[in-house]
Amino acid sequence: MGTLYVETREGDQIDLQAEPGQSLMETMRAGGVEEILALCGGTCSCSTCHVYVEPEDFSRLGPMKDDENDLLDGSDHRGPTSRLSCQIRYREELADLHVKIAPED
Amino acid sequence: MDQRDVVIVGAGQGGAQVAAALRREHYTGSIALIGDEPEFPYERPPLSKDYLAGDKPFEQLLLRPRDFWAGHEIDLRLGQRVVSVNPQAHRIRTSEGAEIEYGTLVWAAGASPRRLPCERDVLAGVHVVRTRADIDRVMAELPQVRRVVVIGGGYIGLEAAAVLTKLGKAVTVVEAQTRVLARVAGEALSRFYEAQHRRHGVDLKLGALVDHLTSRDGKVTAVGLADGSELPADLVIVGIGVVPATSPLADAGLECRNGVKVDEYCRTALPDVYALGDCAAHINRFAAGSAPIRLESVQNANDQATVVAQCIIGKPAPYAALPWFWSDQYDLHLKTVGLSTGHDDAVVRGDLDSGTFSVVYLKQGRVIALDCVNVMRDFVQGKNLVRAGAVIDREALADGGTPLKTLAAAAA
Repeated sequence: MGTLYVETREGDQIDLQAEPGQSLMETMRAGGVEEILALCGGTCSCSTCHVYVEPEDFSRLGPMKDDENDLLDGSDHRGPTSRLSCQIRYREELADLHVKIAPED
Repeated sequence: MDQRDVVIVGAGQGGAQVAAALRREHYTGSIALIGDEPEFPYERPPLSKDYLAGDKPFEQLLLRPRDFWAGHEIDLRLGQRVVSVNPQAHRIRTSEGAEIEYGTLVWAAGASPRRLPCERDVLAGVHVVRTRADIDRVMAELPQVRRVVVIGGGYIGLEAAAVLTKLGKAVTVVEAQTRVLARVAGEALSRFYEAQHRRHGVDLKLGALVDHLTSRDGKVTAVGLADGSELPADLVIVGIGVVPATSPLADAGLECRNGVKVDEYCRTALPDVYALGDCAAHINRFAAGSAPIRLESVQNANDQATVVAQCIIGKPAPYAALPWFWSDQYDLHLKTVGLSTGHDDAVVRGDLDSGTFSVVYLKQGRVIALDCVNVMRDFVQGKNLVRAGAVIDREALADGGTPLKTLAAAAA
């Protein structure tokens, strides 16, 4: 277990306990982060779980797959630390990760 | 009598999203959300994929945490079916005889699986794919199952066939048309998926009509085809489409031939009654003709739910969302954008045999849809082509090496 720090679009802070093996999307959705729609259920088909990762934390995540990168290209709100939270599996090295929910496309 | 400002019938993707969207927009009226299943609102697409495979527990399918509904003062009533609508009195009645008066009624009841005409009796071992309970029954039987017959080569049937094959079952798919996916995709995609399923050991029977189910002691033992052959089966999955759940609306006087007719704001012809999702026959600006269509997809349910919620809070905006869809079979990730029905030309981009390609569908030279297999980039960039109805040279489209956004820019 470790803490995932989430900032909502409206600037609220939500701290969640993340379990290894769960995706960040699953942790946020189950934790009541309502802005995470995750329409495709984590199959990398939409981009409704788009987050900005805190720049200092970004490199801890490792490289993303081409599919995720291409899907993010379709977002009007892509930033330098954009990720799809369904594609990040929580593991111990990701403790105390900070993310912010990206605007809706 | 109970009274709610908004009564939502159906607690699937669409119904749940109306309730959630209303609260997100700070709507303060009372909301009842009525679902006929005992489950909290959940995602259906994994039922024929990860959930059937045993790769995802049910908890991960929940659209919202269980405490979300009460926490947002949404009166969630599970395991109740709405059996009648009285539009004059603005009342609905449930199967238990409870009556609720509504200010606004949102009909998001979805659809029920079509059954075989020859299914006269309920037979053990014969299943459909719609609800968690359906799949739990399949999974409970699987340890005793060796041979599976899937009736219907649409997405549901093929996804189930892929999972069951991976689980080591001997799977036969029976399709009445001469190709799989005939209703939703062009021939190139159909032939590709047929080859993939055969490669994984699935026995495909195309142009094959089911005549009867053979049973012993109330349990299915074989599927009998019209050509006289018998396919032995320990388990049968019937995936031959759905029937929209609209009879209470039809009884209330609404036109419901194939779904209930709605306008671009998801309004039915009855005052204060909206309909959305699988059961709503709507005008879609991305459809080839002008006739109302039904779409069975998460995208459609979700985006129509947003349209309805916006109407209820007094900020109406017509439905104009771009259709998209996905299907996962084996290691093939299909993403679809647009609606290919009615295309008069199809161009394959990339190499079909490599398993990484797209099919671009054209109508009168304009791009109307793409099926993208393991090519996310085409799916993402193709959206703009479909939105614009772009006219692009066939040869340029066929060149998988040239990004679609380059072609779009050249066409603009």
